[in-house]
Amino acid sequence: MKAKTPSKLEKILASGNMAVTSECGPPRGSDPEGIIRKAEMIKNHVDAINITDNQTSMTRLCSLAACIRLKLMGLEPVLQMVTRDRNRIAIQSDILGAASFDIHNMLCLSGDHQNFGDCAQGQNVHDIDSMQLIQTVRYMRDEGKFLGGDAIQRPPQMFVGAAANPFADPYEIRVPRLAKKVAAGAEFIQTQCIYNLDKFEDWLSKARDRGLTEQVYILAGLTPMKSAGMARYMKNRVPGMDVPEAIVKRLADTPKEKQAEEGIKICIESIQRLKEAKGLAGFHIMAIEWEEMVPEIVEQGGLYPRPNVD
Amino acid sequence: MIRSITRQKTEEEIDRLLNGYSRIFIIGCGTCVTMTRTGGEPEVTAMQRRLRDKGKLITGQAVLPVACDNLTSEALKEYGDQINQADLLLIMTCAFGVQTVAGYANKMVVPALDTLFMGKQTSEGLFNEICSQCGSCIIGETGGICPVTSCHKGLVNGPCGGTNDGKCEIDSNKDCAWTLIYNRLEKLNRLDFIRVLKRPRNYQVEPTPGKWNL
Repeated sequence: MKAKTPSKLEKILASGNMAVTSECGPPRGSDPEGIIRKAEMIKNHVDAINITDNQTSMTRLCSLAACIRLKLMGLEPVLQMVTRDRNRIAIQSDILGAASFDIHNMLCLSGDHQNFGDCAQGQNVHDIDSMQLIQTVRYMRDEGKFLGGDAIQRPPQMFVGAAANPFADPYEIRVPRLAKKVAAGAEFIQTQCIYNLDKFEDWLSKARDRGLTEQVYILAGLTPMKSAGMARYMKNRVPGMDVPEAIVKRLADTPKEKQAEEGIKICIESIQRLKEAKGLAGFHIMAIEWEEMVPEIVEQGGLYPRPNVD
Repeated sequence: MIRSITRQKTEEEIDRLLNGYSRIFIIGCGTCVTMTRTGGEPEVTAMQRRLRDKGKLITGQAVLPVACDNLTSEALKEYGDQINQADLLLIMTCAFGVQTVAGYANKMVVPALDTLFMGKQTSEGLFNEICSQCGSCIIGETGGICPVTSCHKGLVNGPCGGTNDGKCEIDSNKDCAWTLIYNRLEKLNRLDFIRVLKRPRNYQVEPTPGKWNL
């Protein structure tokens, strides 16, 4: 695949290197220091940094402003955008706003239901869905037009990403759904956190059989566990998450003060194994409020140093 | 059959809305709210007793046959005197009935119920919202199940990543619409429909407030 945008992430993937991305959640306040601090911790170990968009529907500093912060630091942001909070006017407007700061990566999501957050009584929008958001950005970029048909002066040059959850049921729909996102125009995929490696490899091989890994870069999502309690919570309480009992047991059998270390070890082992998976293009490391561990994970995973494509 | 599905407001809210009014006429309806047991004869009588115990003067009560029908104008005339003696009408019907009565009676009206949705009675005492009257029906491609209504996010291009053993991630009492659609289309051997990319919806087919003139 040849790079079509100025995105550094796309260039790295197109060069055949495994990409490494990570993500930072913006603060629940207006102080930008948190974002800057988190970005400083990981900037030499990742190719691009996702900024989440009011994840779990908790109101936070907006993804776009935080992405601009990263851009001002000379870093490569991935703007996450959910369809939950914006209609098609606001979506197109925010895409242009991002493009005006030469933000070149976007991840198109529907977003967690507002029921999980601090505005449970609020209305969701979903004027368009994540599939249609992918189409919208591609249309704006490739046709240089607004959805309404008018020409865009200086169209956005976005490398367009989407999420995929290989684990949610019905499992049979998950590869066709990936195919649909690719047909809509997704160019890279960041997956749900992977703990069940066998199932992920099965999903990936089915995607490969359909030729999808030749059409889209798949980045495996990994989140290190901090404790056995976290593993149990994710196994039992987070829908669409597949945490094998062996992982829970391995952490539970580790003394409490060593569980975090063991969680990092599991994450590194996952990278080492999945690096060999045919058709995988990289990793997306989501160390939730644990960004300081990303450098070690990347180094131990054999993904350091990061390539220089500019 | 389609029913207007309602739930009684809390006593606190009703009492707050009635604050300052002492003479009250209560209206129920013999149709949907009778079936949902929110505004039929027994509920109207219970309300009358409760308010009387609270010191209100109940000038009368009536259960109209179909409160949202234009014949309500005639039905109300039968209770002319009792309604005239009241300062306020407490209406235990859906909002269609409340607005119909409000249009005919020159009185303050207070709804005692919240109108939740237009629902289908799927079994005794169970009502489901299966259509939200969006104006651009797509169920010909989803096996006759409406994701606009039945999916919590109204997704039209397949399930989100939060399906939870066939249930919705935000409410384990509700089925995941897209799991239902998948299962039905699979049975009908038409899973190809799920692959088709649906374009953004036209929300302006009949802009709110809808008005149709034959």
